[in-house]
Amino acid sequence: MRYSLIIFLSFISTLSFAELRIEVTQGVDKRVQVAVVPFEWRGKGQLTENLSEIVDSDLRLSGRFETTDVEQMLSLPRSAKEVFYRDWKLLKVEYLLIGHIRPEGEALRVHYELYNIPKQSIEVSESIVGNREEIRDLAHHVSDVVFEKLTGIEGAFSTRIMYVTAQGPLDNRVYRLNIADADGHRVSTVLETKEPVLSPAWAPDGNRIAYVSFERDSKPSIYVQDLSTHSRIELSRFAGLNSAPAFSPDGKKLALVLSKTGNPDVWIYDLESRILRQLTRHYGIDTEPSWSADGESIVFTSSRSGKPQIYKIRLRDLKIERLTFEGDYNARARLLPDGSGLVMVHRRDGNFYISLLDLRRGRLSVLTETTLDESPSIAPNGSMLIYATQFRDQGILAAVSIDGGIKFNLPSSVGDVREPAWSSKKRKVFTAISE
Amino acid sequence: MGTPKMRVLLIVGFASLLLAGCASNEPEDTNPDIVSDVDGPGDMTQAKEKIAPPKPMVKGERLVVPTGSGGDMSYEMLQGVFYFDFDQAIVKRAGHTELNKHARALAADRMFRVRLEGHADERGTREYNLALGERRANAIRAYLVAQGVSSSQLEVISYGEEKPISGGHSESTWSQNRRVEIVYR
Repeated sequence: MRYSLIIFLSFISTLSFAELRIEVTQGVDKRVQVAVVPFEWRGKGQLTENLSEIVDSDLRLSGRFETTDVEQMLSLPRSAKEVFYRDWKLLKVEYLLIGHIRPEGEALRVHYELYNIPKQSIEVSESIVGNREEIRDLAHHVSDVVFEKLTGIEGAFSTRIMYVTAQGPLDNRVYRLNIADADGHRVSTVLETKEPVLSPAWAPDGNRIAYVSFERDSKPSIYVQDLSTHSRIELSRFAGLNSAPAFSPDGKKLALVLSKTGNPDVWIYDLESRILRQLTRHYGIDTEPSWSADGESIVFTSSRSGKPQIYKIRLRDLKIERLTFEGDYNARARLLPDGSGLVMVHRRDGNFYISLLDLRRGRLSVLTETTLDESPSIAPNGSMLIYATQFRDQGILAAVSIDGGIKFNLPSSVGDVREPAWSSKKRKVFTAISE
Repeated sequence: MGTPKMRVLLIVGFASLLLAGCASNEPEDTNPDIVSDVDGPGDMTQAKEKIAPPKPMVKGERLVVPTGSGGDMSYEMLQGVFYFDFDQAIVKRAGHTELNKHARALAADRMFRVRLEGHADERGTREYNLALGERRANAIRAYLVAQGVSSSQLEVISYGEEKPISGGHSESTWSQNRRVEIVYR
């Protein structure tokens, strides 16, 4: 394998001009009513971001909660003794979040309390400490705590998504690989080129990424880039396809697609021993590998039956099993974290939808209503997936819950947006202190 | 730059201007392959009176070939784009005549190098479409090789659905995007 180290100069920007914004198009039927009272700031001057507004927005845009307007609130409690349950019962509030922020040296200490109004009980009372540049991270942590407490599902507000944008006329496009918070804020560009970029993939450590770029002589190479050091290696540049990189769950291997033998097959590259091994051998198209959570098997798309279908290969003995039988186009599967099912692109009546295949019951359900859907990527908590679709002649990202009950769009003001990849790693982890 | 269509027209116009200027200035001994059958060693007197035979040439990534015979000079820019059906990589019969012209020119002059760029429409997944684009370019490659072109003259690259000629989301645009482009270098 070609192994050249390229140190990036400084086209890593942290400008936030092209943020995505979430628009919920369908929420759960009965949303839980939550009131997020503005957190009191007990320091001098002003903070750069409004923490409790970010929490309110996270919860509302999850499609599972209705949040109470601050104007409607009858009181703005800042501590336990200021909480009057009857005020909130009148507003049909089911959960109440209050808190305050105070300086702790150069850092900030955020204290928050969650109340169950019908039960008149306190569910959470804890504090976290972070620096002043981390207000959004602190807010997303609070959102995660509230979300998990109220739904039993781990929150994903602290995670990030990576995606590709394409801007400009067809014969003069600029491609960018961007990373943003799960709420679409804090966009940073990690690659900008005049040639196509595709298949971005996260390593499980949340620090390395892999992608395919045609930037060198209009031919495809797979790169692995380190986000903290801004350096990258050109990992694969064989004749033919260099496509669809996917990190193993332990981050030590990369599945990829090469056609150097004359035909697209799935290969595995060991990033430590640097040994490249061919996994599939078939004259059909084999592509789009995705690892199982235990790292013992890979699902992939193959045209070996004539049309693209999803197959699973067990790494131990290379035993191959066909997983999809319904429809004549099933591709780019991603397994749910618990292995109970997979999401994929499925063609029905000539349209391409994101579908869920329940592997235990063998049942296929179409999750989306748009028509040119592709690139599904599952949230680390397995409850939502993000995908790319077309909306008003523009490529946009959209998300849908695994049960199909919640849907939202993430339109961008700038060009086409595509190929989302949801990181399994939180951007920042805080240790909560109970008090 | 304008639309791809505009560009093609401009190239055709430009190429014909250039050709009108340079075809008559061709040195006499640069094109042995094409005339070797006619211009045999026992045929000296006839050969001396002949005008230098025109040869194919590359203009703006496309190939321009002479047509007609004798002193009747005319040129043709070969079609550089070949179209495919959805999820198919079969070279259509309609393209055979034109591909044969490419094959003759490539087989005749081994200095020609082409890039076969495979493309797909936007439907389906990006990575599968990359593979499909490669399939299509390989199909054209196999066709040309079967017609006597050396595989060392041909390079295959797939762009999948990443470089559409035409935007829009209907069959009329999709059919234009499912293609292989023969790019002379």
